[in-house]
Amino acid sequence: MPAGHRAPSGAAVTVAFVGEVLISAWRWLRGRPGPRGADVLAELDFAGPRSLPIVVLTCALVGLMLAYMGGAQLARIGAQQHLAQVVAVGMVRELAGLMAAIILAGRVGSAYAAQLATMEAGEEIDALRVLGVDPVAHLVLPRLLALVLMAPALVAVGALAGVAAGWPAAVLAYGVTTPEYVQQALLALNATHLGIGLAKAMLYVTLVALAGCREGLHAGRDAQAVGQATTAAVVKALVWIVVAACLTTVVFTALGY
Amino acid sequence: MNLACGATVPSPGSTPSPALATHPGARTAPPGGPPVLEVSALAVGAGGRIVQSGLEFTVRRGEVLAVVGPSGCGKSTLLRHLVGLQAPASGHVLLLGRDVHRGDEDERAALRRRCGVMFQAGALWSSMTLGENLMLPMRLFGPWSAREREARARERLARVGLSEAFELRPSALSGGMRKRAALARALALDPELLLLDEPGSGLDPPNAARLDELVLRLRQDLGTTVVMVTHEVTSVMAVADRLLYLDDLTRTMTALGDPHDLLTHGPPAVQRFLAQRDRARLDLHRPAGSFIPADVEPTASARVDGAAP
Repeated sequence: MPAGHRAPSGAAVTVAFVGEVLISAWRWLRGRPGPRGADVLAELDFAGPRSLPIVVLTCALVGLMLAYMGGAQLARIGAQQHLAQVVAVGMVRELAGLMAAIILAGRVGSAYAAQLATMEAGEEIDALRVLGVDPVAHLVLPRLLALVLMAPALVAVGALAGVAAGWPAAVLAYGVTTPEYVQQALLALNATHLGIGLAKAMLYVTLVALAGCREGLHAGRDAQAVGQATTAAVVKALVWIVVAACLTTVVFTALGY
Repeated sequence: MNLACGATVPSPGSTPSPALATHPGARTAPPGGPPVLEVSALAVGAGGRIVQSGLEFTVRRGEVLAVVGPSGCGKSTLLRHLVGLQAPASGHVLLLGRDVHRGDEDERAALRRRCGVMFQAGALWSSMTLGENLMLPMRLFGPWSAREREARARERLARVGLSEAFELRPSALSGGMRKRAALARALALDPELLLLDEPGSGLDPPNAARLDELVLRLRQDLGTTVVMVTHEVTSVMAVADRLLYLDDLTRTMTALGDPHDLLTHGPPAVQRFLAQRDRARLDLHRPAGSFIPADVEPTASARVDGAAP
């Protein structure tokens, strides 16, 4: 930006960044140089397998809480046999994706911001620009791709863990039998719930990747800026995720899904 | 604006100051071929304020220009403008006859690739080995096969004395080794213009002298044009054909010319700056562990003692 010009607002920077990502992705699909395979593999490993334990633990605990709280309310009207439906639909459609995205924002999105901000401070990104290498194609696309590719697996395992964790609560606290729990859970789930849960999870992790990379690439050039970028990435990702969750819930419900 | 020695700084948009151009130390037509870099009425900024303005100079093929000045005067910022990493507040930078700040991004990127830039801290890509750092630009933009790329990368690392470091990551290198590796990467695509940001800082005196020697050898062997930002006077005296002095108080250039002439006839601020000797007189006898390969010996043109010829 030329000196003396007013700095663009944060929203303008974000919109421009999203545009750059879309253009880079389009150019890559059209055959322009894109991310290195080794980088994509490394990011897949970092975003997926290494995030799995914490995602499973979080989703299991949320599933357990949901079963206890939901069971208490259903028992008041004698409908505790439907507890499995509440847990299964809640986890698959809403909570597994949401919890996984929150964990990924803290674990992966913050790391993206710190990595890229450190590269910015060390002029590594300038070194790419001098060579005419698109930093978005080289640094952002592998990270975005890794999160989007890993999201379905993480959310599926997380949802399974949540539903499984609801089972002991249903059986031990509310007298639901194991066959009933399994049958009700399977009956409740359909392609719409699975599709919506998956779509929401993909949207959330995309927001996590965009927030992390946007903050990292637009960080300042000192050590303090790295910390600021990391914090901003997590806060932005969480706000964006909650807003997206709210909007998508309202929209899908209004559309009858 | 009146300056030391009566030199008048050109304002943005004006023609070069006659007082500056005819300064006893200045060379209006430095030796060499056609212009590689032409800067006119350039004003550069950092952090939303103008740090230098009225910059006018030309660098010709094969020339070594040193950009010097006190810390914070805008030397590194100028370098970023020269290669198109930052847009100027006003003025133009013509690189090989093309404006680096205007035109299609792909064309500007292709233009930038004709420059090699060595950043102050090296800016090696930390997730890659040194070999990969050198081979990435070759893979993306060169015509070479994988075997040729590796051979070229190894040759460039050997040129800077890092032939054993091909598989190492930047985190395993000392500060001086990172500088040399950064120089090797800057040479990856055979640049016509080499821009060096504080090449000697952080190096011990013998290796700093040998880096100077390497710069001269690049110019001599490959005809590479060099613009180096530095505040190491010994290095300036050793390798620079001309010196551009950026003043931090007046925020413009106050001297442009042969550094040895400016040492005795330049503006007082420039004379004071050049009178420092930041490195002791050096013996170019190559010590054990030196990074210059045995076949690269100092040339007679290297004036590392900083003395006027």
